[in-house]
Amino acid sequence: MFPVIYPIILAVILFSLGVAGVLLRKNAIVILMSLELMFNAANLVFITFANYHQNLDGQVFIIFIMVTAAAEVAVGLALIVNIFRAKKTISIDEMHSLKG
Amino acid sequence: MTLIDFNSILPVILLVVWALVMLLLDVWFGKRVPLLTPVMAVAGLVLSLAASLYQIGQQASAFNGMIRVDGFSIFLNNLFALSGIVAIGLGYDYLKRVGISEGEYYVLLLFSISGMMLMGSAGDLIIVFLSLELLSIPLYVLAGIDHKRDASREASLKYFLLGTMASAFVLFGIAFVYGAAGTTSLYGITEAVSQGKVQQFLLICGSALLLAGFGFKVAAVPFHSWTPDVYHGSPSSVTAFMSVGAKAAGFAALIRVFSLNFTAIAIELTPLFWVLSALTMIVGNVVAVAQTNLKRMLAYSSIAHAGYILMAFVGFGDAAVRQNSIASALFYLAAYALTSLGAWSVLVAVEQQDGSGNEISDLAGLGKTAPSLAAAMVVFMLSFTGIPLTLGFWGKFYLFRTAIEGGFTYLAVAGLLTSLVSVFYYLRVVVKMYFQPGEALAHKGRLTSLIATILAILVVGLAFVPGYLFNLAAAGLIAGA
Repeated sequence: MFPVIYPIILAVILFSLGVAGVLLRKNAIVILMSLELMFNAANLVFITFANYHQNLDGQVFIIFIMVTAAAEVAVGLALIVNIFRAKKTISIDEMHSLKG
Repeated sequence: MTLIDFNSILPVILLVVWALVMLLLDVWFGKRVPLLTPVMAVAGLVLSLAASLYQIGQQASAFNGMIRVDGFSIFLNNLFALSGIVAIGLGYDYLKRVGISEGEYYVLLLFSISGMMLMGSAGDLIIVFLSLELLSIPLYVLAGIDHKRDASREASLKYFLLGTMASAFVLFGIAFVYGAAGTTSLYGITEAVSQGKVQQFLLICGSALLLAGFGFKVAAVPFHSWTPDVYHGSPSSVTAFMSVGAKAAGFAALIRVFSLNFTAIAIELTPLFWVLSALTMIVGNVVAVAQTNLKRMLAYSSIAHAGYILMAFVGFGDAAVRQNSIASALFYLAAYALTSLGAWSVLVAVEQQDGSGNEISDLAGLGKTAPSLAAAMVVFMLSFTGIPLTLGFWGKFYLFRTAIEGGFTYLAVAGLLTSLVSVFYYLRVVVKMYFQPGEALAHKGRLTSLIATILAILVVGLAFVPGYLFNLAAAGLIAGA
């Protein structure tokens, strides 16, 4: 059987890239993409273990994740558009009306 | 769907269907009958509360173990429904004053509460994740519902980005736990662990990631950085609900998942919890001292209280104290919910139309201009501090007792010392209100004052019968934990 460890290492790398993107990038859209990367890294882990355990729990979970991720993106983009309308920028550096 | 399935999920289903109907009615009649949506929302919550009270004493497993009805879920359902009713009362006055006329406020609130209730009765990691999203996504929107103000917009985006990151951590953690045990059912994982069929390393990785994700939700240090900004920027009535509901739901997930699945690796996790709890108490209380804005101060105070609740849970691996620690955490959550909703309701009453009026110095003279509000605020501040004759005292009493029973004396000492620090900033509010001249403006919103008064009476009144409430919390057992 295909060694489990390779896709897991790939998923950990993807997840770390996602975390780094969220923490380092300034553009709200890019941050949203990094979040999606984190979700999909988790998907990869699920699918790998579903194959390893030979059961469907993991695959079912992924369907749910994809649906909620879509809902989340819809809300997130709406929030970003709302900010863009007022400020004409979506850089999170420009958001300093709250000190902190 | 069998009858048992239907019964067990009745409080949630009622709420969701009700909210969908409200959404339609609000579009059709909302403009002509402005009272319709809030009244319907309260009615829906009362119905859901009734359904959840009807479940008292039941124990059931439904939807192939996806949903669990037990004392724990029922206790939390009641807590969520009650704090939702308070949040609607606060919202009604507040929204009218600041000129937000969206009926969606109430609908989103109901959706969020349904997610919280589902979280309390989760029997499977799929439900944990779905309910986490169901409670969070409406809250992101609610934080930004005052979309004409910069602060509210930014708060919602910050909450969204960091909240989603927390969800991703939870998800990654669940993926590893699934990898370790081969199932996502909480009871299935327990079984696999007891049979020794799990990968220890994967389980530890998964639990640490889950802890980080839930740590975000309950605002534990070092995952707290979103809290002050989001609490500050969101409309106050939303923050009031967020500070209670989202936190309680985070703890619901934490307590259920960890006390069921991770007791076998408690030796590895206990030091983590210890550090998390101590850090949260210290940072929350110390930074709160430096705050001049009441909303930010209450935000840091809510961080500190998350630390206290975590203290109860440090000893979760010890079967002898586990039930006690769950009970005292639930008791503290209830005491905190009443106090926090009360303090925020006073804040809602003093906040001005343009969003100002929430500096601590703005409270000067409130003792003269609005004696009943000021008196209520004194009660809430004393309860937050943990002074006897308030519910907060009993909350801390049970927590410290559990911590010492579990052998974490130093942690209890840390809790005691940080409580002493907290006296300083809580009493500063009291001093401001009574001993400094000023003309604090309080709005004459009758509903808000009524809610503040009722909550103050409850905080003092229930302190005379703490055993009663503690027995209720102690009935909040997790089946099989």
